[in-house]
Parts: sequence; C-alpha cells; structure tokens
Amino acid sequence: MKSLTPAIVGSSLGQVGSTLLFLVAGVILVELIVYFLSSRVLKARNALVHMLLAPAIIGLGLLVVYPIAWEVVLAFSNMSLRHFKDPTFSFGQALSNFSLIFTAPVLKQVYFFPVFLRTILWTVIQVVFHVTLGLGLALLLNRRLLLKGIYKVLLVIPWAIPQVISCLTWRGEYHYEYGFVNIMLRTVGLPAIQWKSSALWNFVAMNITNIWLGVPFMMVICLGALQSISKEYYEAAKIDGATGWRRLRSISLPLMAPILTPAVILGVIWTFNNFNVPYFINENNLETSDILVTALFRAAFEYNRYGFSAAFAIVIFLILFVFSAFYVRFTGALKSVRG
Amino acid sequence: MEQKTVLRRDRSLPVRLLTARIEGESIWFRLMVNLILIAACVIALYPALRILSVSLRPNDRLLSTSLAVIPPDASLQNYKSVLFEKDFPLWIWNSLLITITTSLVGLALSATSAYAFSRWRFHGRSGFLLFLLATQMIPAAMMMVPLYIIAARLGLINSYRGLVLSYSVSSIPFSIWIMKGYYDTIPASLEEAAMIDGASRMYTLYRIVLPLAAPALAVVFLFNFMNAWNDFLLARIMLQRPAMLTWPLGLQSLQQLFQTQWGAYAASSLLIAIPVGALFLVTSKWLVSGLTLGSVKGD
Repeated sequence: MKSLTPAIVGSSLGQVGSTLLFLVAGVILVELIVYFLSSRVLKARNALVHMLLAPAIIGLGLLVVYPIAWEVVLAFSNMSLRHFKDPTFSFGQALSNFSLIFTAPVLKQVYFFPVFLRTILWTVIQVVFHVTLGLGLALLLNRRLLLKGIYKVLLVIPWAIPQVISCLTWRGEYHYEYGFVNIMLRTVGLPAIQWKSSALWNFVAMNITNIWLGVPFMMVICLGALQSISKEYYEAAKIDGATGWRRLRSISLPLMAPILTPAVILGVIWTFNNFNVPYFINENNLETSDILVTALFRAAFEYNRYGFSAAFAIVIFLILFVFSAFYVRFTGALKSVRG
Repeated sequence: MEQKTVLRRDRSLPVRLLTARIEGESIWFRLMVNLILIAACVIALYPALRILSVSLRPNDRLLSTSLAVIPPDASLQNYKSVLFEKDFPLWIWNSLLITITTSLVGLALSATSAYAFSRWRFHGRSGFLLFLLATQMIPAAMMMVPLYIIAARLGLINSYRGLVLSYSVSSIPFSIWIMKGYYDTIPASLEEAAMIDGASRMYTLYRIVLPLAAPALAVVFLFNFMNAWNDFLLARIMLQRPAMLTWPLGLQSLQQLFQTQWGAYAASSLLIAIPVGALFLVTSKWLVSGLTLGSVKGD
C-alpha cells in the first residue's frame, strides 16, 4: 500500500467530490431557472418537461455537440504541436487538410485508401466469423444437453473479461519466444510465427483476437432469438418431412432476422470503430495493421497534427454516416422511433 | 417414448446403442455436438487460464515455455507484490472513485429525462430520440481530438474533472433509451391515481415510478459502470501523472515491461477480471435484455 497515501487519496477525493458538488448544484440551479422561465415567463404548458430535459440537453450540448462543432472548426486550422497556442484558421487550410488526407500519407508512409480497404476487410472478416460461429454455437446449444449451463458460462467468458485485459493478454501471448500461440505451434511441429513484426501475421493476430472476443455476444443474441421461436413450426415442418438444413433456412433464419439484423448492424459499427484490438495487438506500431480509427488516433496523438486529424475524423464519420443511412433506407429501421 | 420404435428386440447391445436416438437425434450426432462444444469451451477458456498460470509463476521462472495451467512451483509471490508493493491498489481506488461517481450522475440525469420522453408528447421529441441514437454511432476516437484540445485549453489535463464530466454525459443517450423503454411498460394509471389523491408529478416520479423501475435503474447503473470502468481511450489522453492512473492505464504500463513484470501484470489482471467477470456473468441476462429493450424494440 505504499502508493495509496492519505495525501493522494485526499486529493483525488477532493477533485471528484468538488466536481460532484459542482454538478449537483449546477443541475438544481438549471432546473429551477428553466422551470421558472418556462412556467412564469413563457407560460408554457410543458414547464415540467423542459425542466426534466434541461440538464441532459445542456450536458450533451457541452460534451457532444460542442466538441463536434469544435472539430469542424479545427478542420479549418493548421493546429499542431508547434501551432498549439496560435493556430490560424482559413478556408484554404481546410482545403489543404482535406486534400492531404487523400494525396499524402495519413501517417508516415501509409495512404488513406489502403487503410480504408483494410478497415473494410477487417469489418467483413469479423462480422462473417462472429455471425457464423455465433450462430453455429447457438444452434448446437439450442437442444437439451446435460452440461448446457456449464457450456454457456464457459463460452461467454471472453465477453465477460474486461476488454483491455483480454487485449493486453493476447498481446503478451503473441510473444515470439514465450507466448502460448507459438509454443503450441512448435509442439505440433510447425514453425513459430513473427506475430508482432510481420505485417500479414499481425493483421491475422488481431483478427484471431477479435474473433475470440466477439463470438460470445453473437452467440448470446442468436441463442435468445432461437429460443423465442415457437416449437410448433419445427413440428409442422417435421411432419412435412423437412430436413435439418431446410428447417434452418426456412424457419430459424427468417424468424431470427428481426433480432439478428440490428445485432449485425451494431456489430459492423462496433468493429469498424474498434480501437482496443488493433491498437493493443499492434505492439510495434506497424502502420500496416492500422484501421481508420487507430490511424486517426496516431495522427492526432503521436504526430500531433490536430487540424489534419479533425478533417480525417470528419471523413471517417461521413463514411459511417453513409453506411447507416443506407441501412436505415433499406431496412426501414428506426420506424419505431416515430411513435 | 421414441426409443421404443427404434430399438428392436433382435439387436445386440452395441448395435442398439449405436442406433439409439434422443429427441430424434442419433447418439453419434449428440456426441459430436458435445465434442464441438467442449472444444469451443477450451478455446474460450484457455487464454484466461493462461493469465492464472503466468500469475502463479515465481519471479525467477517468469519466462517459461511450459503450457501447464498450474506451474509445478506455483507461488503467490506476484499477488503479494501487486497488493502490497505496487501501485495496483492506487489504480483500483482511482478507477472505483471515478466510475461510481459518474455512474450515479449519469443515472440521475437519464432517469429524469427519460421520464419526460415516456410520459409526454412534445414538439421535437422523436427528433431528439433519433439524435440520441445517432450519437451512439460516433466513433470514440473521433471525439478524442476536440475533447483533448478543449480539456488542454481549460487546464483539465491531469485532472479528474474533465474525465468525470465526460463519462457522466457519454452514457446518457443509451441510458435514456433503456429507461424510456422501461417506463413505457409501467401503466400511467398508477400515477394518475396518485395525482388524483393530490400528489405532484415530481412526487409520483420519486415515490411511485422510480421504485417500480428499480430493475431498469440497476441495468443502467451497471451499463454506466462497465463503460467507465473499462474505458482506456479517454483516460489515456486525459491522465498522464502516475499517481492518477486508472487500472487500464496501469495495466498497460505493467504490460510494457513484459520481460520483468509479466507475473505482476497477470496477477493484477486476474484480481480485476474475476470480480468484474463474475458480476457480468450474474447480470448478463439483464444486460442483454436491456440491450434488446432499448435498441431493438424501440417504442
């Protein structure tokens, strides 16, 4: 306990406590002011609604909307470590920031389009493996089994371990000499692999790690969806002589679709935005293993090109936005919101 | 029942076993199912068991090529050193302090706003709900650049203030969706009855609706807790001073000294992963149902 001294405890308690007091006082003050303004000055009928929503709106405004607006402004600047205090903002600078993304390396050597393609490849590989393996395990589990409870608990473990721990542990286990992956390869007589320094194998390593991490979530979702299907459909199909494959294709999958589609979309967005796995597994900072979000992080916090990174972030956001818009357009999702 | 139709009297025992069926599936098929599941369990579990194995290695045998789960010369040396000599208790204290505070603040803010979304139809309601969903698609890495610059300009780097504010707010959109979904299932007639008896709106919210929504409040608290507890990215850019690190940053600093601190790293990881993992396993049913309640069913 040598490091947890009373002085340090006191200072952290003081900081967090004062912030909490500030927040509570702020929220009460805002609610009172909004209620008074809304009911007495504007004579609004929904004064209570305004009061209840005000703190959340102000919070989101200050910490989500304002930073995004700032990011757009930042994209018009040449801010970097050298110009941190005195950035210049101009339209020409924005043009140069955005054109630099596509015409010059976004990091030291790697250009935008290879990173973009790698991100797509990574997302496709991950979602395909997560869904097929998750669905496969769910189909195996969806029957009466002696050890079903134990299987379910053990299979969910990769999801239950905090992600940072899993990633750091896998990173250690890709060690050439002492990691278990190479030790196992050697025991079965295969050559050991340079997981950390070879561009191809590092990409494979991050894929293996994230497949291990991501399958349990899909399995749980698929199992839930399978169990919600009424047994009567299968009995009817059996009487008609449908085979197992036919039952899967014509009953299970269509009836799982309403639950599976949003889960797959969430999976795509999460994988596309996954920071921990590509960042931690890539111990030697290989630019060939970066996906868009890790490249963005490096551009901002290792090369300190803030103006450029802001523009880069906007481009990444637009890509995701186009994808989501297509999804909403074609599947009619979010219909339920307009209730 | 079905076995009767399959088993014939004139067959010997092995043949009968081979052709026996359970719920319409042959024994061989069921054996295969169990074997595949066992293999999958081993794959899921082995990397986690490796953490245990490394954490039990004595310091002079840290680097070994053995694959045994329990090393022959197991010792608790690493646990002792992590708990009493290293910064581990400090990281846990920092993380707990920040995480519990922000989860409570986020919960309070979202529980009250979600009530407004559930009980009133007002101008801009659906637009705001859509906006909340849209914020969930913003990559965390994208927010880092402006948050860092703003925090740096306000002098919030190496302070918990920025981190607490940011965590409290970042979980609000998701929490509002879950709370709103749950409030929608509570009949409004309960509140109307209370209000006829002269209770105010706020009184009914605190005395009638919130106690009924306790399961949803627990789910939201848990979500907020897990998000803040496991966050690496924001803490990484906001905190640099060693005395202020949260556990993900602390573990990363240990892992970077792979050759000498692998055992300490593994012991700390296990000490964190076991309570958090157990909490997750116990509550995962609610977490998943909360997820589907909020994101799939919608209104």
